[in-house]
Amino acid sequence: MKYTSCSFHDVSERQKQHMARGLPKQKPIAGVKQVIVVASGKGGVGKSTTAVNLALGLTANDPSKTVGILDADVYGPSVPKLMNLKGNPELTDSNLMRPLTNFGIPCMSMGFLVEDVAPIVWRGLMVMSAIEKLLRQVDWGLLDYLVIDMPPGTGDVQLSITQNIPIAGAVIVSTPQDIALLDARRGAEMFKKVNVPVLGLVQNMSVFQCPKCNHQTHIFGDDGARALAETLGVKVLGDIPLHLSIREMSDRGQPVVVASPDSPEAEAYRRVAAAVVQRLEELSG
Amino acid sequence: MVGILDVDLCGPSIPRMLGVGRQEVHQCDSGWVPVYTDAQKSLALMSIGFLLEDPDEAVVWRGPKKTALIGQFVSDVAWGELDVLLVDTPPGTSDEHLAVLENLKKQHKVDGAILVTTPQAVSTGDVRREITFCKKTGLSILGIVENMSGFVCPHCSECSNIFSKGGGEELAKLTGSIYLGAVPLDPLLCTSIEEGKDFIQTFPDSATFSAINIIAQTLLTCLQNS
Repeated sequence: MKYTSCSFHDVSERQKQHMARGLPKQKPIAGVKQVIVVASGKGGVGKSTTAVNLALGLTANDPSKTVGILDADVYGPSVPKLMNLKGNPELTDSNLMRPLTNFGIPCMSMGFLVEDVAPIVWRGLMVMSAIEKLLRQVDWGLLDYLVIDMPPGTGDVQLSITQNIPIAGAVIVSTPQDIALLDARRGAEMFKKVNVPVLGLVQNMSVFQCPKCNHQTHIFGDDGARALAETLGVKVLGDIPLHLSIREMSDRGQPVVVASPDSPEAEAYRRVAAAVVQRLEELSG
Repeated sequence: MVGILDVDLCGPSIPRMLGVGRQEVHQCDSGWVPVYTDAQKSLALMSIGFLLEDPDEAVVWRGPKKTALIGQFVSDVAWGELDVLLVDTPPGTSDEHLAVLENLKKQHKVDGAILVTTPQAVSTGDVRREITFCKKTGLSILGIVENMSGFVCPHCSECSNIFSKGGGEELAKLTGSIYLGAVPLDPLLCTSIEEGKDFIQTFPDSATFSAINIIAQTLLTCLQNS
């Protein structure tokens, strides 16, 4: 056996090359100008409802903008229900999946590819390849913004997406309670680790107003998101109140921004959309 | 004697909810010692929250690493004699769920799963998938709990169904599962959990407590009968 001696420099260079080979290169999605991810850390805080109404808020504020929604929550895809969309996507001549459109917003979701009751029982590796398909094999056309509804947590899906495509910014949704905020903070930390700018926090289910006596109750705690936002050095993009109509309309597949555009809830979402656009401009300028 | 295994690795909430947020895990001859919430050792707990230097740190792991740790949680924790081991899983049907089932089945009989849903369609829709997951993996369903079912205004007592109502019960009927009961939206329960206080000790007369009690009793009866 012949051993060649190598300098420490050579070894570390080789290591660097090896490590660089391991990570996929970030490649933008064809035709999509800016990607906004909506994440939370904790489940059940209203991420998908926020993502859907954010997308609609963006077009409501500026009808010249084209916006799409990618539902990356492969285990619990809610976008089809929220956007009142059903069916299997058609394939174009170039074998890309055609998104399903409602309210002027093209959407793609794992929910269109599997049965209503089928669980996605996949380990990380299969999920990665499914995400790859949802990112690259969809005929999005030209979009100003692609809003990605992320699953809860800080695992494979989040890593796969952030490593694969350049992301303009992340919106983190939380309810006011500490337990949710702790997970939101983990989510924010994760984005920091992968160099995705956090555009800000959305404090969801902030306050409930009794329809009978108008008494306000902070069911999930009091304004906790503001304190977290300060600690993280990010803005609060908006507060969305707990209102029966949001849930009622969501269940019917009528997002509140289109179903009830003059309501204070719709206004709250449009304000979040405006804040998102402003933050994106601040970051790029 | 009850144990709680928290396999929500990305969002371990249980230590905080039980007021044991900053505890460390010690080793003994038979393995890792679980954290006990009181001197009587009536509730034993294991969570990744205890193993992190900063319990609020983000755990950004891919599947295989999660699976390995969960395997250790199941086999290397010295639980001692337990009547019931409750496993808190993250949302979804992924690595954590597969890992905990596979590892538990190696050494124990898994009595079943409790499914928690809020009443609205987006939630019951996801839980339907969980039900199919249980059926496919041969995990029997002990019952369905409808959480955040109705909110009673503290001012005028008007009940508002913020997240709808009855979705959980409907789901149970639809899938032939037992309906364990409903828990209302209660800001007092929320605050207790936030502060790591024992809600059952602090508010024994509340409607929420009696709702949770009914669920626990029904569950115990199911377990004894099976």
